[in-house]
Amino acid sequence: MSEKKIDEVSGMETTGHDWDGIGELNSPLPRWWVWTYYLTILWAIGYWIAMPAWPLVSDYTRGMLGYSQRAQLSDQIAAVKAGQAELIARTAKASVADIKGNAELLEFALAGGRSAYAVNCVQCHGSGASGASGYPNLNDDDWLWGGTVEQIQATIQYGIRSEHDETRANEMPAFGRDEILNPQQVDEVSDYVMALSQNPDLAKTLPGKALYKEYCVDCHGAGGMGNQELGAPKLSDGIWLHEGGKPVVVDVITNSRSGMMPAWVNRLDAVTVKQLAVYVHSLGGGK
Amino acid sequence: MHILSMLILALGAAATLLLAIQASDAVMSFHAGLMALFFVVGIVLVQKRRNNLTNTDGYEDGIIRAGAIASTFWGVVGFLVGLVIALQLAFPVLNFDLPWTNFGRLRPLHTSAVIFAFGGNILLMTSFHVVQRTCQARLAGGWAPWFVFWGYQLFIVMAATGYVLGVTQSKEYAEPEWYVDLWLTLVWVVYLLVFLGTLWKRREPHIYVANWFYLAFIVTVAMLHIINNLAIPISWTGTRSYVIWGGVQDALTQWWYGHNAVGFFLTAGFLAIMYYYVPKRAERPVYSYRLSIVHFWSLIFLYIWAGPHHLHYTALPEWSQTLGMTFSIMLWMPSWGGMINGLMTLSGAWDKLRTDPVLRMMVVSVAFYGMSTFEGPLMSIKEVNALSHYTDWTIGHVHSGALGWVAFVSFGALYHIVPIMWGRQRLYSLKLVNMHFWVATLGIVLYITAMWVSGILQGLMWRAYDQLGFLEYSFVETVEAMHPFYVIRALGGLLFVLGSFVMAYNLWRTMRGDLRIEAAPIGSTNPVGAAS
Repeated sequence: MSEKKIDEVSGMETTGHDWDGIGELNSPLPRWWVWTYYLTILWAIGYWIAMPAWPLVSDYTRGMLGYSQRAQLSDQIAAVKAGQAELIARTAKASVADIKGNAELLEFALAGGRSAYAVNCVQCHGSGASGASGYPNLNDDDWLWGGTVEQIQATIQYGIRSEHDETRANEMPAFGRDEILNPQQVDEVSDYVMALSQNPDLAKTLPGKALYKEYCVDCHGAGGMGNQELGAPKLSDGIWLHEGGKPVVVDVITNSRSGMMPAWVNRLDAVTVKQLAVYVHSLGGGK
Repeated sequence: MHILSMLILALGAAATLLLAIQASDAVMSFHAGLMALFFVVGIVLVQKRRNNLTNTDGYEDGIIRAGAIASTFWGVVGFLVGLVIALQLAFPVLNFDLPWTNFGRLRPLHTSAVIFAFGGNILLMTSFHVVQRTCQARLAGGWAPWFVFWGYQLFIVMAATGYVLGVTQSKEYAEPEWYVDLWLTLVWVVYLLVFLGTLWKRREPHIYVANWFYLAFIVTVAMLHIINNLAIPISWTGTRSYVIWGGVQDALTQWWYGHNAVGFFLTAGFLAIMYYYVPKRAERPVYSYRLSIVHFWSLIFLYIWAGPHHLHYTALPEWSQTLGMTFSIMLWMPSWGGMINGLMTLSGAWDKLRTDPVLRMMVVSVAFYGMSTFEGPLMSIKEVNALSHYTDWTIGHVHSGALGWVAFVSFGALYHIVPIMWGRQRLYSLKLVNMHFWVATLGIVLYITAMWVSGILQGLMWRAYDQLGFLEYSFVETVEAMHPFYVIRALGGLLFVLGSFVMAYNLWRTMRGDLRIEAAPIGSTNPVGAAS
């Protein structure tokens, strides 16, 4: 059975085995294969000598190069921080207005603000800062709590309806749910509010006007001008925090809505908050 | 013996029925019910076929036919689910906001279906075929091989339905919960015994190289499966458990398992397939017996160390990362030893690639094996891994191995086995094999090139800093940048799925005994696709 033969095609001797018709040649290992294999083994041994490699009883072989990935990471972070140290120190001392007036600090603030925005703000306000329903667009000049760089800084620092003591906060009554207005009245006010931006002339003739004067004007102002002191949205410009037309307006008047934004002073350092304020202010709508 | 079999099956039925009634959650009740059904059907079948099962003449080929049907079915299902989740990544709306159709549940369904259902059935089928033919012996153990086959299908069904219903232990490629793991352990041990028993009965003086690989695969997978899945159930009547490993030890155990699932399930097992079907199809002797010995032992010894390369730059101690990386580099040539032996076996038969698309499929699979086993060591180098890790490059790498190597060599084996096992003169159509080959190859190329580009792009975007030291991109911007590549990937997947439909049709017609009249390929001197 184990009879060695010469394979006619390759001229190579067979092992003489026969497995269901399959034979085996006795070809030697390819030279290049053997040498490459040795080379990878030699390289591995060299790497073990140079780098942390083998466990010992209570330690491990540290390697001749003294390499450590933790040290490498700390070095990289330290290097970036050292590069930024001077500008960070100057930003820390400057007010947001000072930053805007200094070309070097402004460039640094815009870069840092953009980066911090990309990590912390995009989730709600979108990567292009164009917002979404319930999350304000930061590119336009329609501001709920004011669009000067200081006002933006305060909003970022303390948040809206956050846990911080100085948070910006307001509370619109739930006119329908709390039965301040009946559904008929809610509907009339909604028609009026819709008309403020769509057809101001028509608005003057609507029955909701009187109700608006009685219940809404204190915060939202005459003709829906809005009031940034109170964070009361402008109603006459056709820009809606909560999109969806009249049904949503009816729902807001009936149940009220209250979005929230965290107080970033609890999460980011003061320099980053300033940079964010300057960056958001620069997006197009800053006052 | 028959009485003992019946007693064991009856005990199994009673125990699982009791569990189904006593179960503390619905999924456990459902799965225990399935197990009870399994035992009851088992009793009926063992009783009905008692004479057949004691037959010791000739080969047990029925189980190979069953394996061919099962692996084709699971293959098509697994590829389809893969296409669905690829589309979900490109168009998230396809998650449908339902828990059962969520990517998080369908992804393990896909990976388990292709690796364990498709790949596992291919391995069962081919190992039962190869071990009988190369040992000149019938499968050992009476109805035990059938228990392995049907027990394995039950494992697949319990795993798959569990995922969709939200039962998982959250270990990648080892998601099934403790009771499914125990069931698989039982099935696997019987599989090992059947395989060893058949080797024991062999009428050949030596053990063929394919059987070394099968045995390494069966033994190592048993060890990996048991150690990685050691867990304590919260209750013996419920689905949930806690894995005993914690923290970085758990991570290392998981990737010791995960990488060797690749090494022993998807490599050693499929090299065994290559070692039988390539020389058989090419009608040439294996290129080098010596190479097969050296690369077998090198592969077995080195693979088991490579797992830590999945945990570079993590809490895993640095020395362990170094070992994982260096052993991966040393693994390059042992892997290529398999490729050389596969490709060089064709010397003197290269002309057959022109006329036999089945052989062409297997040869291309070996080429993909060579490519993936070069890419793997490359990606294990820490500096390369710093760019590639957590990106789509990894997904592309896995699929060049999974689609190119594992699936193609499996398709080759199926195309070879089906005409023989059903006693047909040849395949229904070689033209359809050719079509399958080209459509699937194009699909693979689209898939892996899209993932290379998107993976490298993703890695570069994550690490991009501006000159002032600030991060350049938000995470969501990197996700947005992936979209076109996700669409291309889904298109590649679609082509691969279409190819598998063509194969399923072709195999079905072959099983029925149909022959499509086709002109012999140019340059062919043999009758079309004559089975050897």
